[in-house]
Amino acid sequence: MSKLTLTTEGDTHVVVTRRFAAPAEAVYRAHTDPKLIRQWLLGPDGWTMPVCINEARPGGKIRYEWTNGKGGGFHITGEYLELEPYRRLVHIERMHLPDPTPDNHVETRFDPDGTGTLMTLRMTLPDAQTRATMLSTGMEHGMEASYVRLDGMI
Amino acid sequence: MPLTISSLLYKLLPMRVHPDLDAAFAALADPTRRALLTRLAKGEATVMELAEPFAMTQPAISQHLKVLEDAGLVVQRIDGTRRPRRLAKAGTEAIDQWLAMLRNALEKNYDRLDTVLATMEQPTKKRGGKR
Repeated sequence: MSKLTLTTEGDTHVVVTRRFAAPAEAVYRAHTDPKLIRQWLLGPDGWTMPVCINEARPGGKIRYEWTNGKGGGFHITGEYLELEPYRRLVHIERMHLPDPTPDNHVETRFDPDGTGTLMTLRMTLPDAQTRATMLSTGMEHGMEASYVRLDGMI
Repeated sequence: MPLTISSLLYKLLPMRVHPDLDAAFAALADPTRRALLTRLAKGEATVMELAEPFAMTQPAISQHLKVLEDAGLVVQRIDGTRRPRRLAKAGTEAIDQWLAMLRNALEKNYDRLDTVLATMEQPTKKRGGKR
């Protein structure tokens, strides 16, 4: 079963949805508690997050640093804008490569869905070109066939 | 290239699954060109047929098609005096491949989160019970 969806919306948004078999409160905590974040927000095997700062309050700072243990690594920084406990997080983040990328505005919703949770992550990029740089718009209308194929692959 | 979605997106890009990917993404950043691809996804078409739904001249459409061709997304065929265009398999497959990598990387994080959630306590009873 393909649980993840990844789509574009308008010119500047990217929307990801994913269902979890856990209550919204648990999914929310897994997104705001550094002890939990460090267990899953890692990417490929072999990467770890030696620094994980997540101050879950309005204006609170976010800083994640990753390393592959072989000298490779990078970090993101961000700030919380709004928090509705167990339902919704709004923050901005940028990646340092080392120059900072344009701010990415991210709203993460945790909606109860039966006994589980539907997470909806909605990113807003500053402009269409930034989004195009970040993400192929190929999954929009022109590539429906590709998208169907993709769904079948995963 | 782990991580949050934005870092994933930025980090994957330089990996260059396919040398023409940058050109392909740039070509896709334009709504007219996406609309042209939408039309071509239904089958090959001539410039005249492609231009018909647009409030644009044929030369303008041809210019967009050239960008798509240079990006490896569209090819043309010679059929007598006609030059029908169609989607280029290699270019669209490169994008598919890139998107699949992106989805896989995201799924990996969320699969890991599934495991974390499964081991968490009843979230309504904070800090009680065993870990």
